[in-house]
Amino acid sequence: MRQRNRLAIAAVLTCTAALTAGCGGSSTNEPSAALEGRGPITFVAGKDEENVNPKIVEAWNKAHPDEQVRFIELSSSADDQRQQMVQNAQTKSDAFTVLDLDNVWTTEFAANRWISELPREQFGVDKFVPTTVETSLYRDRLYGVPATSDGAMLYFREDLLAKAGVQPPTTWEEMRQACDKVLALPEAAGMSCFAGQYEKYEGLTVNFAEAVHGAGGVVTDPNGKPQVNTPEAKRGLDALVEGFRAGTIPRDAITFKETETRRAFMDGKIVFSRAWPNQYSHAAKNDGSSGVAGKFDVAPLPGVAGPGVSSLGGHSLAISAFAKNKATAVDFIKFATAPEQQRLRLDQGSLAPTLSELYDDPSMQAKYPYLPLLKKSIEGAEPRPRVIKYGEVTDVIQEHVYAALRGEKPSDQALADLQARLQELTGQQ
Amino acid sequence: MTTEAETAAVPTSGQARGPRRRRSPQAAAAARLAGVLVSPTLLVLGLVVVYPIVAALRQSLFTEGQGVDADGFVVEGEQFTGLGNYADVFAGPAAARFWNAVWNTTFFTTTTVVLEALLGVVMALIMHRAFRGRGLVRASVLVPWAIPTAVSALLWRWIFASDGVVNAMLGTQVLWSADGAPAKLAVIVAEVWKTAPFVGLLVLAGLQVIPRDVFEAARVDGANAWQRFAHITLPLVRPALLVAVLFRMLDSLRMFDLPFVLIGQQKGSVETLSMLAWQEATNVRYGPAAAYATIMFCYVAIVAFAFVKLLGADLLGEARSQARTARKPGKAVA
Repeated sequence: MRQRNRLAIAAVLTCTAALTAGCGGSSTNEPSAALEGRGPITFVAGKDEENVNPKIVEAWNKAHPDEQVRFIELSSSADDQRQQMVQNAQTKSDAFTVLDLDNVWTTEFAANRWISELPREQFGVDKFVPTTVETSLYRDRLYGVPATSDGAMLYFREDLLAKAGVQPPTTWEEMRQACDKVLALPEAAGMSCFAGQYEKYEGLTVNFAEAVHGAGGVVTDPNGKPQVNTPEAKRGLDALVEGFRAGTIPRDAITFKETETRRAFMDGKIVFSRAWPNQYSHAAKNDGSSGVAGKFDVAPLPGVAGPGVSSLGGHSLAISAFAKNKATAVDFIKFATAPEQQRLRLDQGSLAPTLSELYDDPSMQAKYPYLPLLKKSIEGAEPRPRVIKYGEVTDVIQEHVYAALRGEKPSDQALADLQARLQELTGQQ
Repeated sequence: MTTEAETAAVPTSGQARGPRRRRSPQAAAAARLAGVLVSPTLLVLGLVVVYPIVAALRQSLFTEGQGVDADGFVVEGEQFTGLGNYADVFAGPAAARFWNAVWNTTFFTTTTVVLEALLGVVMALIMHRAFRGRGLVRASVLVPWAIPTAVSALLWRWIFASDGVVNAMLGTQVLWSADGAPAKLAVIVAEVWKTAPFVGLLVLAGLQVIPRDVFEAARVDGANAWQRFAHITLPLVRPALLVAVLFRMLDSLRMFDLPFVLIGQQKGSVETLSMLAWQEATNVRYGPAAAYATIMFCYVAIVAFAFVKLLGADLLGEARSQARTARKPGKAVA
């Protein structure tokens, strides 16, 4: 019996070895720096709610019968998108040509030579909001063309603030005082002051960075060195910790992602909320789903001594280093980031553009009244840490900040621990 | 290749086990044919089972390049580290996290499997009774099992939300999805809800093969309901129950999607071994990820082996002998 088993295993192993040897001979694509070759390519992006990307691809394909673009739609989960793109790069496959990269991945992809450097002068990036271009650079070289952007705003209950006779706050202190007055109103019974996103996920990194930047600190300095063990960073984190302790931020906000914050705001449970622009159209809906339609407005995020600093969101288009027909890919990126396509994204998908001029367009402003404010938010926004191991960096930020917010660790201890881990991960001692 | 397959496929019956030379030409031909017929299966098994295991084992002995050159590019290439990844897992800076994950995995497996076995038996007993609407009950019990885990985890996330149904019903303000003991409870409830029907179904199948006359005889002898359950139902349904428990144990030892979706990533109170492996892999650290996966594989294998040895030593034998006794009377009649 045992003898037979061993022989069976041996047989299987022989077969497998023979097969893999046969497969191993296939050619792998070596990355080439030259952006040459024309022909069919693919465009890989996550699922967007309004399906704008397929429309852009369709418009391109009509005009370029010999250089067709096939759209590959990934899931809407950012983790899944990154995983698939990394896998494509690790197998050096030419299946993906143009990648729709979240701007926090640019550094990792560029440093690993998974994406090609792009000729900066060809894409007219001077017309873009400068901060969006900054996130597409690695060591001062361009690796992607920003296609969409995102900046946070402070949503507030205009009706309640007017009734309490207070102006929209520009600092955290003013916001607390405004809350004291608003929450004393009988209409505001049972409401809390403020909420952002504090669940343990990417949103926590975003909110933490905003708190630190709003207090005059940095997460990583211009040389990429972590600097979170500073009095400024502590003041920023303490603002959140104190908010939870004093109840300014409701206790259950520790479970909030974007959807939960939005629901709390739309159900009239909070006076102020930190959110991306997409909350605007949801909250403004008149179909009964929102309890605050016509009762809210937006303002810049508050900070310690003046307006705060948003974390920068957004995606850029990059070319996989292992792809074929890169000349076509360059043209497609130019097409997809041109004013007409950016307008289409804004108009139909309410995705923030990267071109400055679109924010000043009167017809767009009529549809999205928050555009001038959003432009300011994005112009003053700070990118999240631009590090090669962003995935691990954001994980350790979440781990330590979450512990501090839940009161499991004093904030200075959390920041000291975080600083040590970040130094390890960025290789800077 | 042919000779190996041939020897691999010696018929299982007792007579063929003698020395090879005495085998008749017909038997040899039959064996060869059997080998040819079985080889595609072996090939597929080799490709989808053996190869990935060997590849993972190999991968777990390497680490990815971590350095950066003068131009800021990552230095490519894997380095052989021997058992370095395993040493890191057991004694490195992340060791506490690993042992916590082992504890969580074991804790979830023990609690959920015990609860599922109890509930499953109760469900099976109910479904086994003849009553009006039995078909409906049987079908509805299976609904949780039919829902994909990720979807049911989403459902439960809403139920356990801070303003969700559970808090409303209990009148509490518990933050179930935050890190902590409530998160563990939430995972256990959702897991038991989802998989108890599976145990129920397998036990029901076991119940249905118990002849009715055994119960009637017991009743005539004056055994009460509990005695009938403890001395007849349970022993006779034991093989089916053990198979169900074994399956559930192997399944919940690699629990991933439920805590991942219901509670979230990196929550120490619900982090399991699979989640650790995933976390490493998603950060492009395939060596450590493979090490975690290999350790989990060994853990699962040991648990399964121990379970079969201790509790179900005659698990397969019993099933076989039952099948044989069931077949014999049939033959006699024929």
